[in-house]
Amino acid sequence: MHIKDTFPELYQLRRQKPLQLEAVREKLSKTQGKEFWRSLEELAESEEFDEFLHREFPQHASEWNEGTDRRSFLKLMGASLALAGLSGCVYQPPETIVPYVRDQENIIPGKPLFFATAMPTTGGAMGLLVRSNMGRPTKIEGNPEHPASLGATDHFAQAALLTLYDPDRSPTILYRGEIRSYIAFLGDLNRALEEQGGKGGAGLRFLSEATTSPTFAAQMQEIGRRFPNARWHQYEPAGANSAAAGARLAFGQFVNTIYDFSRADRVLSLDADFLSCGATNLRYAREFANRRRLTDGNAEMNRLYAIETTPTNTGVCADHRLAVRPSEMEVLARALAARLGAAGAASALTNGAHVQWLEAVARDLQSARGRSIVIAGDEQAPLIHALAQSMNGALGNVGQTVRYTEPVEVAPVDHIASLRELIVAIQAGQVEALVIIGGNPVYTTPADLKLDQALLDKVKLRVHLSMYHDETSELCHWHIPQAHFLESWSDARAFDGTASIIQPLIRPLYNGKGVHEFLAAFTERPDQSGYDIVRGFWQSRIAGGGIGNIPVPIAATGQTPGGTATGQGTQQPATNQNRQDGTNQGPATQGQQARTNGTQGTTAATPAPATATTAAAPAQTSAPPSADFEKLWRKAVHDGVIPGTEAQTISVSARGDLPGVPPPVASGGNALEIVFRPDPTIYDGRFANNGWLQELPKPLTKLTWDGVAFISPATARQFGLGNANNITSKGQETLADVLRLDFRGRQVAFPVWIMPGQPDGVVTIPLGYGRWRAGRVGTITEGKPDNLSGFQNAYMIRTSDALWSGVGLNIANTGETYPLASTQLHFNIEDEREIIRAGTLEEYKHDPRLAPHRDEDKQPPAPAGENRHPAEHESLYPEFVYNGYKWGMAIDLSTCVGCNACIVACQAENNIPVVGKDQISRAREMHWLRVDAYFRGAMDNPQGVYFMPVPCMHCEIAPCEPVCPVHATVHSAEGLNDMVYNRCVGTRYCSNNCPYKVRRFNFLLYQDWNTPSLKLMRNPEVSVRSRGVMEKCTYCVQRIEYAKIEAEKENRRVRDGEIVTACQGACPTQAIVFGDLNDETSRVRKLHHEPRRYDLLADLNTRPRTVYLAAVRNPNPELVNRES
Amino acid sequence: MQRVDQPHEEIHTTPNVIEPGHTFGSVTDKISTLALRKRTPIGWFIGFALSFAVMNVLLFTIVYLLLTGIGIWGNNVPVGWAFDIINFVWWIGIGHAGTLISAILLLLRQEWRTSINRFAEAMTLFAVACAALFPLLHTGRPWLALYWLFPYPNTMGIWPQFRSPLMWDVFAVSTYASVSALFWFVGLIPDFATLRDRAKNKAAKIIYGMLALGWRGSARHWARYEVATLLLAGLATPLVLSVHTIVSFDFAVAVLPGWHATIFPPYFVAGAIYAGFAMVLTLTIPLRKFYGLEDFITHRHLRNMAKIMLATGLIVAYGYMMEAFFAWYSQNTYEEYMIINRMTGPYAWAYWALIFCNVVTPQFLWSKRVRHSTAALFVISLVVSVGMWLERFVIIVTSLHRDFLPSSWAMYSPTIFDWTMFIGTIGLFFTLFFLFIRFLPIISIFEMRTILPQAEMAKED
Repeated sequence: MHIKDTFPELYQLRRQKPLQLEAVREKLSKTQGKEFWRSLEELAESEEFDEFLHREFPQHASEWNEGTDRRSFLKLMGASLALAGLSGCVYQPPETIVPYVRDQENIIPGKPLFFATAMPTTGGAMGLLVRSNMGRPTKIEGNPEHPASLGATDHFAQAALLTLYDPDRSPTILYRGEIRSYIAFLGDLNRALEEQGGKGGAGLRFLSEATTSPTFAAQMQEIGRRFPNARWHQYEPAGANSAAAGARLAFGQFVNTIYDFSRADRVLSLDADFLSCGATNLRYAREFANRRRLTDGNAEMNRLYAIETTPTNTGVCADHRLAVRPSEMEVLARALAARLGAAGAASALTNGAHVQWLEAVARDLQSARGRSIVIAGDEQAPLIHALAQSMNGALGNVGQTVRYTEPVEVAPVDHIASLRELIVAIQAGQVEALVIIGGNPVYTTPADLKLDQALLDKVKLRVHLSMYHDETSELCHWHIPQAHFLESWSDARAFDGTASIIQPLIRPLYNGKGVHEFLAAFTERPDQSGYDIVRGFWQSRIAGGGIGNIPVPIAATGQTPGGTATGQGTQQPATNQNRQDGTNQGPATQGQQARTNGTQGTTAATPAPATATTAAAPAQTSAPPSADFEKLWRKAVHDGVIPGTEAQTISVSARGDLPGVPPPVASGGNALEIVFRPDPTIYDGRFANNGWLQELPKPLTKLTWDGVAFISPATARQFGLGNANNITSKGQETLADVLRLDFRGRQVAFPVWIMPGQPDGVVTIPLGYGRWRAGRVGTITEGKPDNLSGFQNAYMIRTSDALWSGVGLNIANTGETYPLASTQLHFNIEDEREIIRAGTLEEYKHDPRLAPHRDEDKQPPAPAGENRHPAEHESLYPEFVYNGYKWGMAIDLSTCVGCNACIVACQAENNIPVVGKDQISRAREMHWLRVDAYFRGAMDNPQGVYFMPVPCMHCEIAPCEPVCPVHATVHSAEGLNDMVYNRCVGTRYCSNNCPYKVRRFNFLLYQDWNTPSLKLMRNPEVSVRSRGVMEKCTYCVQRIEYAKIEAEKENRRVRDGEIVTACQGACPTQAIVFGDLNDETSRVRKLHHEPRRYDLLADLNTRPRTVYLAAVRNPNPELVNRES
Repeated sequence: MQRVDQPHEEIHTTPNVIEPGHTFGSVTDKISTLALRKRTPIGWFIGFALSFAVMNVLLFTIVYLLLTGIGIWGNNVPVGWAFDIINFVWWIGIGHAGTLISAILLLLRQEWRTSINRFAEAMTLFAVACAALFPLLHTGRPWLALYWLFPYPNTMGIWPQFRSPLMWDVFAVSTYASVSALFWFVGLIPDFATLRDRAKNKAAKIIYGMLALGWRGSARHWARYEVATLLLAGLATPLVLSVHTIVSFDFAVAVLPGWHATIFPPYFVAGAIYAGFAMVLTLTIPLRKFYGLEDFITHRHLRNMAKIMLATGLIVAYGYMMEAFFAWYSQNTYEEYMIINRMTGPYAWAYWALIFCNVVTPQFLWSKRVRHSTAALFVISLVVSVGMWLERFVIIVTSLHRDFLPSSWAMYSPTIFDWTMFIGTIGLFFTLFFLFIRFLPIISIFEMRTILPQAEMAKED
């Protein structure tokens, strides 16, 4: 086992720059006890240590660095042994670690184990099953038991693995840029806390992101008891703040809204990208897709209307989409609400372009009373959310497809108000110690509430817990490396309240502290381990008969005056507040139990991998664990969900008095509007240093590595930006005009991208780019125009009153151009290529094959499964008979929403390297699976986008096979098109001859062979390809083989569903199905015989194994007639 | 055969293959002196130094390529082949003229070939050497390609994929290279003997002596020689047709629109001859000027080569026409798009430049005046060489960059290393060529003697 696994601190210390010998000696003479070994270790590999040895053997000193004769070799060996001895002289960590002296139960070398855990997401959690190969987490899968995952994952969860092993993550505790120990931090902190203790913590402020961790809440409560005057602020740059505010507007309290798409026939999205964004997207996408799946004889579909201010995955997959300006949204929402008879809504819209559209939609929604959903997006104003809720009420959806629960976030607040209070307090000099827990507020705070250097300088002590030494860390005194969620104990609640224990799979690689361990530093017991804290908390809860109520943390800030409280009082630990107010349900006694029994410790063998800590308890305060709890705890940790923790449905009634008349729509076509969006791949910037996400093509633009300003084709013409998006001859590079955006006096520059479907007069820019301290991957350096400050940094013009959109934008062409790397260039295709087969539900009912019209004239509808162009088999030779397995795949284009999770899942499973922007712009991306996006309709008004995931087709008559001169790509007896890497000499002929262009070539050495942490990350079942080798999708052959071995041991065939490819496992809508075509009952075989099935480029007679099911949409006939 | 004393004055009469006034001795003197003279002309040094410098650029590029990978070139995923294979096909094409002149024209008893066959064959060898670099170095792992492409019985029982046109290339090119080398060497033996006999320098005597393989010029030697030449010519003749046919299979066997066409083999062979003769002209015209060989390489040679260029150029033009016709006649959307994209897409400049170079330019050769102007022929031959390079660019790059699925379309542009690799091979070619014209008889001495009128009279006697 590598030292990195067992003693990450040690490893990191070794990597540090050596200290000066004198300093080391001095330090050695002073230090005692526990710190000693660290110093010595630090010494061991340093130059000073060499010198030290030189002086011990002065007569042979010169031999050290010269040739090795026998004598000096022996000496070197001796010295190495001495070093080894030094390495051995360490104190064991306080927790029990499991040595590999005897085989550990459950661990069979070479066999992976799966552990349930959860990934905290903004406003929720995603349940995961993480694969561990010999103690190394190597792949993340969804937890089917978890309500927010249902077995699927999104691309953020898939890419979390890379963040775990990111070599740029901060390895050390820093004080003003210098390395310090945690002890030193605690010392410094305690001085400050003692000072604060006198005044009840009046100068102590916490700033965190939104959290759903009950343990976090309990800890904040505990801190609140110690420092009653301390305050906790929250700021989440891209959270569901406005949904919460909207709920409060509608119901007078914070509520959590849960939609049930499985029962919805009609859905209206008001700018809600519910299929690919937010804490619920996986569940909603699954439920939504289930109602669109035209398989197994199902011939009914739901219908989705989208009113959008910028194209999103949800909108482009909708049956009808209306692109509007943000300022129009309120008018439209009101008009619709009025037509639906919603309380408190009056329509100001009587005529106009969209009236007919709205009326048709209203009629259609009315026809599905109780079976419809109106959902507003997180980026919409609270009023829109309130209107959406009142529409749901008017449609009778509440209790049917919509339900309300108490909030899941531990202290829902208005984040802007909370942040503003902090800023005001800092300005007033009231803040003496600012503790920033996670997040990167220096970068993410709005421009008018910027937590900048000038402001922070007024705070005497600033502490930042963060995984990266980022923009915020740079301005803080103390930077504490944060442990990744796969490295630390925690808990989190899903959108519906279901709590999960987050268990670590590996000891912190970079010496990080879990958030709970960090918070413990502010309590009276700073040395608690994360395990003790979390387990202790849950012991009190479970022993207390279920989760009950989550305690309300004390000192939360950010309440607006009229709003209902969420623990404004700082010392009210046990008083039940008004349940009708909903948000804080009696912190009560459980919280105190958490305090007293919290550090319940055992050395219980949790199902954590060997390298993870199975904690031993501190001796004090331990009571014997109850056997019941032990059982429950183990089950909860094992399952990844804690039963009975769902939030209770509450009944709320809408206030009938939504604020008066809508504001006048900004008149005049020239006033531009701005829209801010979290970036589809790097979100609010937190994933900026994740190469997988940076290189993940954005769903609609297929751009990588950059954020761009969307602008509609008409607006581009209006501002003379039509020259942008020039395709250069360098592979897939596009030169874009750089646009200067002037929004209310603040300026920022963005490359411009002409986006079909973007409403006219609206510019959309993504959050998350333009970071200056993100790391090697995320920090923008190359190609950045020199004279443009704040390039791509949307936060520089995002203000608290225009968090998501605003009027009053001016744009100007800077005259600069900026190269963008896209994996798909946008071409106008004039000829008829039957790449996407698509139709409407009407057409599907008429002819389920949805065959193109020109075929229709020639031949009658063929029976299912026979709609190929060329005859099934025309050859002199008999066809190969597959007696054993016959693998195949089917991809349903109806349900694919283009979320990209499959791409990252494939990348993680198959050790696919990141190639970088330059190589992408040279068209050398390595993704084995891509998701093609085809726009339909005119450039100015596209009818939608069809997404098509394209893995290897595993053609029966594969064009790649006969052209390879060395037999490096061959057909297996199970129908796979195999790649023999060892045999490949890299002629690239196979790639040239592949009509689907799914083969990927290692033009350079793309794999990182050197970074140690990345070696740990790789899937040991998959070859790591070197330069000069062709590679491609294998249908996850390693998983196939694994299942076959398991099946052979039991003397049976592989069962259907036993093999799940990486892309299939990640897919939230289950659009990808893999299996055995020889198995009569297999799902994939059924799909291969669906009438909608078609082969991509069938007329080439390649006979692909991966087939597609035609995309079917369900437009409203009334609107179709009107449009036509 | 014309009379010796017939004055060469009228332009309309057929020019001589050798200018009048030469005797056996003067021919031998003239040609052997070029190889044996002590003082090397300064122009040779300049030319050689330049070529050698350029060749070193190639060597540096190859070293960097082997260390870094072919990512230093501009190739990408739709455009998996680009300069590497363009250059390969271009050089192989150039290599065609030599064998055609040596073998086919020998069999057809075209005596005018005698003056040019030696250096045309040399040109073939050097061009094939340049060409052979590319298929090897264009692979991702040349060190493996080097032996896995050759069929040898190994313990693993893995053979190469005999269905792959790249495999056929290995056989075709290596056979062609060996037969051409053999043919060239056999043809050189009597001249090596001449040089051996005339050399004054001891080292030259020894080296030429070894190369002459003990040639004494006996009747028996000559008889053997004749048989060997004839046999080799017979062997080489089908190779002229087969090599480029097989090279064209690299494309025609693929499913790609723009590659997958039955017309490729004849069209490629014609193109190769076209390019080969263009290159022979490019080399001949300065060579005969600087080495004073106008007597041996006369207007008649130039004119004949121009005619062959015109003929093959028309075949090539027919090929281009057929590509467009097939696209239209097939009514296949991909084929149609392919030709439209060639003509109007981002690489349309290459297509139209190709049409200009290969179709328009050779039409000037209909004019006798042009055919008789060495300057015009030189320019046309250069233009055709460029055009033939462009043809391969169009076939390879424009077909690959947009094939079936628009999602995979991308552009291609060469990097500096694509250019250094290409220009470097030109350096290699000329380095070898300069060495050849310095140390070997650039025109076949004994064959020139056979076409002297004196020899003719001896035959008549």
